[in-house]
Amino acid sequence: MNRVKYSMVVIGGGPAGLAAALEARELGCQDVLIVERDWELGGILQQCIHNGFGLHLLGEELTGGEYAQHFIDQLAQTDIEVMTDTMVIHLAPGLITAVNPQQGLLEIEAGAIVLAMGCRERTRGAISIPGTRPAGVMTAGTAQRLLNMEGLMPGKRIVILGSGDIGLIMARRLTLEGAKVEAVAELMPWSSGLTRNIVQCLDDFDIPLLLSHTVVAVHGSQRLEGVTLARVDDNFKPIAGSERHIPCDTLLLSVGLIPENELSQQAGVELDSTTGGPLVDQHLQTTVPGIFACGNVVHVHDLVDNVSLEAQRAAAGAVRWLKSEIARQKTIPVQAGEGVGYVVPQRISLPQPDEITLLFRVKRPMVGATAVVTDGEKQVASKKLPFARPAEMAELVLEKGSLEGCGEQLEVSVVERSDSR
Amino acid sequence: MFDVIIIGAGVIGSAIAWRLARHDLNVAVVERDDDVASATSKANSGIIHAGYDPEPGTLKAGLNVRGNKLYPDLCRELGVDYLACGSMVIAHEGQEEKLEKLLLRGRQNGVEDMAIISRDKLLDMEPNVAAEATSALYAPSAAVVSPYQLTVALAENAALNGVEFMFNTPVEDVLVEEGRVTGVRCGENIFAAPIVINAAGVHADRLAQLAGAERYDITPRKGEYLLLDKAMEGFVRQVLFPVPRGSSKGVLVVPTVEGNILAGPTAWDTEDREDVATTPQGLEEIRREAPWLVSGISWGKVIGSFAGLRAVADNDDFIIRASARVNGWIDVGGIQSPGLASAPAIAERVEHLVGGLTELNPRQDHVTQRKSPRVSQLDRMKRQQLIEKDSAFGRIVCRCEDVSEGEVLAALAGALPVCSLDALKRRTRAGTGRCQGGFCVPRLVAIISREKGIPPHQVTKKGPGSPVVSGWLDKGWKQ
Ligand SMILES: Cc1cc2nc3c(=O)[nH]c(=O)nc-3n(C[C@H](O)[C@H](O)[C@H](O)COP(=O)(O)OP(=O)(O)OC[C@H]3O[C@@H](n4cnc5c(N)ncnc54)[C@H](O)[C@@H]3O)c2cc1C
Repeated sequence: MNRVKYSMVVIGGGPAGLAAALEARELGCQDVLIVERDWELGGILQQCIHNGFGLHLLGEELTGGEYAQHFIDQLAQTDIEVMTDTMVIHLAPGLITAVNPQQGLLEIEAGAIVLAMGCRERTRGAISIPGTRPAGVMTAGTAQRLLNMEGLMPGKRIVILGSGDIGLIMARRLTLEGAKVEAVAELMPWSSGLTRNIVQCLDDFDIPLLLSHTVVAVHGSQRLEGVTLARVDDNFKPIAGSERHIPCDTLLLSVGLIPENELSQQAGVELDSTTGGPLVDQHLQTTVPGIFACGNVVHVHDLVDNVSLEAQRAAAGAVRWLKSEIARQKTIPVQAGEGVGYVVPQRISLPQPDEITLLFRVKRPMVGATAVVTDGEKQVASKKLPFARPAEMAELVLEKGSLEGCGEQLEVSVVERSDSR
Repeated sequence: MFDVIIIGAGVIGSAIAWRLARHDLNVAVVERDDDVASATSKANSGIIHAGYDPEPGTLKAGLNVRGNKLYPDLCRELGVDYLACGSMVIAHEGQEEKLEKLLLRGRQNGVEDMAIISRDKLLDMEPNVAAEATSALYAPSAAVVSPYQLTVALAENAALNGVEFMFNTPVEDVLVEEGRVTGVRCGENIFAAPIVINAAGVHADRLAQLAGAERYDITPRKGEYLLLDKAMEGFVRQVLFPVPRGSSKGVLVVPTVEGNILAGPTAWDTEDREDVATTPQGLEEIRREAPWLVSGISWGKVIGSFAGLRAVADNDDFIIRASARVNGWIDVGGIQSPGLASAPAIAERVEHLVGGLTELNPRQDHVTQRKSPRVSQLDRMKRQQLIEKDSAFGRIVCRCEDVSEGEVLAALAGALPVCSLDALKRRTRAGTGRCQGGFCVPRLVAIISREKGIPPHQVTKKGPGSPVVSGWLDKGWKQ
């Protein structure tokens, strides 16, 4: 078996992996390798031919492919090594086992490992939609790949379950290709997609968004023939009598993304049950020393710009770890308090020499809210959130030194103040 | 002109084909769907029951126990995964007597090595068993297989030995002249044979009627399942049954050969012989009933659900007989559970019936083995050698199940003529994992299109009428 060795190995060549590798090289790491299972770099961005990428980080609105290419071009200027068409099949601390057609099995020793495997879509099975199992039921991301990369039309008459961003984007995309999108049904009383996508992908094309609705049955034995939609009550149970049948040949599912952490778990990395991603500290170091993580493998981001930034922080952490510059005298947890779904990082390693970016999501839409970070009774930081929505990740920066003399745990909470309107 | 036609390529039709293929006979299997195991034989618990359940003296009892004994060698020969896990019937307070009854029945049926075990022993063997469990009937000879892997293996071996499989070929009429069967009609085509074996699952009674053979009636009884992620591997170690209540064996928790956990089935009679839709009530029932057996089952780990139809005959036993009314017609009907466990024994019995109608001479060039490379199961050295020989074995197309392009190509070029996604799934496991095809479907469509020389929008999920996509983009949208 082939055995090779690198100071840093990045698993996954999407936006997170690309940015992490570039940053590591930039910071002086000599030998960096990216392992990617697809034929090309770019990850999910390859199939995102719509625009809206890069506004924050690059100052211009690019398509997914263009955004990825920006990094791929930079990569070409470096000596970072890339293995595509290469699947990692096993992960242990410091040791990656991969396979590809050219070399067969490879054992890759790594000083530091950066996990950047992204996420996968939740499936029909995961949400147990009852009914038959015909062709024509697929995740929105699969449909996106079929259409934008393979040039194949998933169907002609479409219902979309879930108003995640990929679903919204696909509603517009399929309409532009001549399909009829009958409806987008969303279980929650609000959409999980970005507001701009609801406006630009649904409203502009008169596609109805049915909030508090779900699919209760799938019909057709060979190809999908229709679905039954129903309204749900406050406990998400379908309301009897509210069923309606919609003929369609395609049901797209945009019902959530799951960080892809089977490999991480093999290596003993502990996961956060809320995010589905590794528990990390501010250096994006997981619970296994020398294994770092960034991007959607950690938590699902709504903007790729944030992924790239997080990846840079992870790379910086990994480089410092390689130089034994990360001191972990003490680790304190960061809890999600009132109104907050989760916070990343979930823990902070002290002492804290730099500023720390906390990323979090609110549990429900809020107007005129304030996020506060507390250390017991003491308020450490706060930030106004004029319009907070679960779909949009919020950010709060802890200044350098703000955690001096800090206690046993931090908590982030978001409260609506009626007086702040 | 064939010597024997078998109607239906479920596990029963395929096992009969596999068994008859060792004789110098010209055998054809005609199947309505686009592959083997596309009906009940793909949607069941996969249990090779020990045999304590059927009433002594029934066909079920004898064939189950015999089938169970044949399985280990059969699986070894055909390269089929066989999980020798054993089974437990769990009792709660006050139900211990029922275990005694089953034990007695098992002994009458000839099941070996069964024992009633105490709560302590049970907890030792099944740490996640429900707190209310007091004791269990342990049957070490019970096992688990993948029912579709098994059926594919039986059929492929039969095909290697010259049996012809015709898919998408529903039998619409049975031809009978002067009290003798002469063949079957499928659409425009007539296939002639002096012996026709009816292994048509839930449709068998209708075909028997078409032939004018002795009448029986089948009621389909639906069973629904939830399949859980491999992350649950080890949650149960043996097949767990509740003590029997009423007509079905209740909701079980089963370890699969792949490392998933299966919970189900329900048991609901239905009128519709095509109705394999899962229902909210059915899936709810599974979630409600499974905790009777185990505690801490994590429903968030569900990756799929499905349903199958039991073919329940009015006499509640298997019907395996050469018709006295229609010469050459053999019924193999009412093959409900333990049909899978009994399949090799049923095939032996049918072979015997065929022997009563025609002379059986051994086939000279008969092959017993079948090998299909499973890259993920090879040790590293063998895997490396295989990739060096053919690099396609180094390209992973299904990331959840670690399936290589080489395995997909081998399946497409296999002894059985298949090309749908579901058929590939049954052969390679591509698409059965936690992402349920999200990653591999675009890749598989491209591979099938390339290998079979058909445009991608003609690639189907499960045969005619089930295209995966509706068209392609070529300067606009072409049909
Ligand atoms: C919920 C459930 C759980 C079960 N669990 C177990 C278990 O754990 N252990 C066990 O031993 N058994 C179990 N069984 C029973 C077992 O699955 C069946 O006994 C077995 O699969 C029956 O196989 P078959 O070949 O008779 O039927 P099928 O698999 O249904 O095959 C019949 C075939 O005939 C074809 N056909 C029908 N009509 C025509 C026609 N006119 N022309 C051409 N082809 C036709 C069909 O398309 C089909 O492919 C279970 C069954 C169910 C439903």
